[in-house]
Amino acid sequence: MWRWLHPYAKPEATYRLVEKLLPWFAALTFISLAVGVIWGLAFAPADYQQGDSYRIIFLHVPAAIFSMGAYAGMAIMGGIALIWQIKTAEWSIPAIAPVGAALTVVALLTGAIWGKPMWGTWWVWDARLTSELILLFLYIGVMALYFAFDDARTGAKAAAILSLVGVINLPIIHYSVEWWNTLHQGATITKFERPSIATSMLIPLLICLAGFLFLTISLVMMRLKNEILRHELGRPWAQQELEKN
Amino acid sequence: MINASMRQVWLAVLKRDLRIAARRRSDALNPLLFLLMVVTLFPLGVGPGPDILARIAPGIIWVAALLASLLGLERLFKDDFQDGTLEQLCLLPQPLAFTTTAKVMAHWLLTGLPLVILSPLLALLLSLPMQGWWALALSLLLGTPALSALGAIGAALTLQVQRGSSLISLILIPLFIPLLIFATAAVENASMGLAVHGQLAILAAISVLTITLSPLAIAAGIKMSVN
Repeated sequence: MWRWLHPYAKPEATYRLVEKLLPWFAALTFISLAVGVIWGLAFAPADYQQGDSYRIIFLHVPAAIFSMGAYAGMAIMGGIALIWQIKTAEWSIPAIAPVGAALTVVALLTGAIWGKPMWGTWWVWDARLTSELILLFLYIGVMALYFAFDDARTGAKAAAILSLVGVINLPIIHYSVEWWNTLHQGATITKFERPSIATSMLIPLLICLAGFLFLTISLVMMRLKNEILRHELGRPWAQQELEKN
Repeated sequence: MINASMRQVWLAVLKRDLRIAARRRSDALNPLLFLLMVVTLFPLGVGPGPDILARIAPGIIWVAALLASLLGLERLFKDDFQDGTLEQLCLLPQPLAFTTTAKVMAHWLLTGLPLVILSPLLALLLSLPMQGWWALALSLLLGTPALSALGAIGAALTLQVQRGSSLISLILIPLFIPLLIFATAAVENASMGLAVHGQLAILAAISVLTITLSPLAIAAGIKMSVN
């Protein structure tokens, strides 16, 4: 495996790889999101209980899942950056963090919009909502730490350590919030049970999930390309790359 | 694993930190006074009725304790970083992760322990029922070591940042949340006369986990800044 991975410690090789893969992922994103969203919003049957307002889950669920997935990816990259000191892994942290934070914000906003007709309020201190909000705070902490340093390498290392600390803490935070919520609230509106989903709704949801996965990857790749160019500005290959465009 | 020289170094670091704190008493006192004043603000803000105060007392005291623990954190490693002591600690044959635990311990003795001692007074001020205050003291005793350990991670990561104290708060507050949840739940249960062992056990577990793992992150943070 090392023989395959080793060349990508060189920023230029990673740049080339990303450049090659990005169009494919962009195309996959476009196709799967177009199919999934149109199917979900226009053709999937309306829910017998929630009517049409359930349709926001086609955006909400994928955003929520990949807001957490992006954090895990960032922590893995942080671990790689700390253990093997690979520069491109360090740069992928500032590439991933804003994307993950944006997904978290999308999940929170769509959740609030869905909550208004369903629960009658924009925000409840539900366990999942609260953990998602705390996840946003963790992203903000990582980004703030990264940008606080004058030296980008130190900033990336600090952010890598913090993302690892965060990933150890996330399950603890999640379960403590869940426990807190059940203790304080009991059977209120938040106890709302979502009926297990029908196949006609599940398929577009799965397509949307794939679409958001590809979207996340594409956005991270675009940001990573910029990060690599920004850090390698002094190198001849980067100069050529800039002149080409 | 721990031999005589390690113990010596550990005690020397601890004694040095305590001595420095003894020479600068106001630094150690300020967070405590801050806590007392924040607690005073709440009766003025929400009204002096003992019912409502007793209801929100655990939350107030713990939130104030979290905020107070953030106050002095920026200084935890910074002075040593600037005068080169931290570099010397890095050069010791003993692992840095081990020696930093002495600094965390000193920080806890200076900020956490006084809180535990102060807790009956705070409970009295907020008219917490008698059966609640010992749970408060226990929750502080079990929870504040984790505050110091997590706080040291924040302090180590922001060593090179100018004016890092607001950044430290931003990083640490999300990590403090589990402690707040279980500590306040323990105190609430105790004042209602329910069992609190579960919450206190989880609190102790979080502390043990944090104290064991955080030295690695602290040492990595320090090494990153001291090259």
